[in-house]
Amino acid sequence: MAMSLNPASPREPAQIESLMRTAQRLRQQLDVDVHELAVEAIYAEAARIAGRSVSRPDRAARPTFDRTVDRLVTSRLWGFPLMIALFAVMLWLTISGSNLPSSLLSALLVEQLHPWLRDGATALGFPWWLRGVLVDGMYLATAWVVSVMLPPMAIFFPLFTLLEDFGYLPRVAFNLDNLFRRAGAHGKQAMSMMMGFGCNAAGVVATRIIDSPRERLLAILTNNFALCNGRWPTQFLIATLFVGSLVPAHLAGLISAAAVTGVALLGVLLTFAVSWVLTRTALQGEVSTFSLELPPYRPPRFWQTLYTSLIDRTLFVLWRAVVFALPAGAVIWLLANIPVGSLSLAEQAVQWLNPVGFLLGLNGVILLAYIIAIPANEIVIPTVLMLTVLVTGSTGMGQGAGVMFELENPGEVKSLLAAGGWTTLTGINLMLFSLLHNPCSTTIYTIYKETSSARWTAVAALLPLALGVAVTFSVATIWRWWD
Amino acid sequence: MKGATPPAAPPREACASCDVYRAANLKKLGVNLDQWDYVVALAGNPNVGKSTVFNALTGLRQHTGNWPGKTVTRSEGGFEFGGRRYKLVDLPGTYSLLSTSPDEEIARNFVLFGQPDVTVIVVDATRLERNLNLTLQVLEITDRVVVCLNLLDEAHRHGITVDERQLARDLGVPVVPTAARYSRGLPELLQAIADVASGKVRCRPRRLEHEPAPLRAALGELVERLRAIYPDLPSPRWVAMRLLAGDERIREALRAGELETLRPAASPREPAESPLAPVS
Repeated sequence: MAMSLNPASPREPAQIESLMRTAQRLRQQLDVDVHELAVEAIYAEAARIAGRSVSRPDRAARPTFDRTVDRLVTSRLWGFPLMIALFAVMLWLTISGSNLPSSLLSALLVEQLHPWLRDGATALGFPWWLRGVLVDGMYLATAWVVSVMLPPMAIFFPLFTLLEDFGYLPRVAFNLDNLFRRAGAHGKQAMSMMMGFGCNAAGVVATRIIDSPRERLLAILTNNFALCNGRWPTQFLIATLFVGSLVPAHLAGLISAAAVTGVALLGVLLTFAVSWVLTRTALQGEVSTFSLELPPYRPPRFWQTLYTSLIDRTLFVLWRAVVFALPAGAVIWLLANIPVGSLSLAEQAVQWLNPVGFLLGLNGVILLAYIIAIPANEIVIPTVLMLTVLVTGSTGMGQGAGVMFELENPGEVKSLLAAGGWTTLTGINLMLFSLLHNPCSTTIYTIYKETSSARWTAVAALLPLALGVAVTFSVATIWRWWD
Repeated sequence: MKGATPPAAPPREACASCDVYRAANLKKLGVNLDQWDYVVALAGNPNVGKSTVFNALTGLRQHTGNWPGKTVTRSEGGFEFGGRRYKLVDLPGTYSLLSTSPDEEIARNFVLFGQPDVTVIVVDATRLERNLNLTLQVLEITDRVVVCLNLLDEAHRHGITVDERQLARDLGVPVVPTAARYSRGLPELLQAIADVASGKVRCRPRRLEHEPAPLRAALGELVERLRAIYPDLPSPRWVAMRLLAGDERIREALRAGELETLRPAASPREPAESPLAPVS
């Protein structure tokens, strides 16, 4: 037997290899499942020790709060309707609760502060282009991000986090498990999908709880179908403007919430559909089994939840949006003010994209906004608004290209967009396209890090985009044919 | 066990046994930690409150959520207690050290190759038996363990009582009852961590004495070989078992010389990158 004379010195590779060979030989000689024996021994010991120290009440089980709630929320009959209703109520609270603070913020930041800053810059003798980039570009984009995004996020995220803290999410996973299995995916994908409703990059990282590489890849590729932080505000605003306005005012909030719920559910449906197609084509394989623990319901710690959701999610997302909005605002302003021929760069791009936009029931402005907003979905709406002002500049809504004024309430946003040629179809298709397009650059990078495969990263980025083009094109075609 | 260092300047006995003194003795360092005396790992089943314990000790606000699988990466923070600085590593929850999903592997690799000075196993008092499966597996690898018997408030609600003294006797390591959500039992937990880290308390962990009969001969032979090559290896029996089970990760670790980094227990650590191999 090889003995190590000097234990401190590095071991000889030969020694290690010989050890491996011994292990291999012994392993082959054994005709038992070592793994199983080891696990059995551990389980028996655990049971013995637990039996010696745990005492339980001897009474028969009686209905507890947990069991009653579980029976309801995981019931075959009520599980799904309750789940959908719960999310719809959350979205409704968000939409109806954020209208007022949104208009107040916009009145303050856009209506009051912006002219003041503009005058200040003029008084300080800034050249017109510097004032343009700083005040009309960067400041305005940021002001819009804050007023459009802060209120819905400050309501939605705490609600979602309270639900999470209470212990509802595993029940959702339980309800969805059967569907995932039928789609050929792992039931734990429900968890990463749920994280995706917050942030797709986080959702992609969360797929690490899935053991099998095949199922993990499925979860990564479909995570983008979960609406993320950056896209909720788009949904809220557009639903309010274009869907809510179709019905009498007292129903508007409810119908808008229903529309957003519908888009979110479509995302969930597509998650199943795409998983189903992939497991039958590129990613064939067995579904692995797993056990999911339904944790006890725990009373949410209200203040702490409020605090963490505001810090971790609301402010985090807002900060990210602001960081991306600053340069984006500058880019938009520059695009709008650098002339090429008789038109500005932005107008050239919008005109060039318009035919494609028309086919998809969108327009060139939206497509350009989605290109500018690749770093962060959060800035889509501000970009769309600023670009719309730019191309409808002749209608007198703004002062100078790429500058937007006096849009202190959603109604005026609507009239601005209407001036830009928006219809109900544009609104609906924007909601769909917001669900179905390439993930933001952070998510794409995260996917690359998690898969270490450029090919799968490309699939993850292009698959939703292709679906988005197909879906919006079909909707637009049918819509126009119907009219 | 060898090489235990004497505990740092012991406080007066009367003070040391007092909650107020100990709580005041805790300094939450958040992420501001560039030097530390001990590394403490937080392991346990999913959703037993590891991140809650982590937050309570470091003052950080890691997002906690009531669902298994919330933490998939390890996060680090620090605290100072009794004049010593501790680096606390929050590991993803795992039911076992034997399976292979990436989050479970992070936990296993850290306990095995990261060589924490103390591994705190957070267990759910309401589901003790299942939680002990992991505890016993960790005890196979390292003997420097403190069991944090958490969620006692919930156990109480369900009428379950756990005799923690009996449990400590059976496991051979300190067992501290806590309700981390309400910060109950944390001073005692800190004291237990400090005692094990400094070597003041020595663990005599329960190892499965009776290995499955069909394996006895093979295990014996492998353990002897391992002892010859790695005299300092704290858990040759566990490594032998994994080799017999054909665990690829352990074979890789042997080939890559990762077991070389296993140091004798109880020597205070210099600030250094932990030898944990990155997990892709």
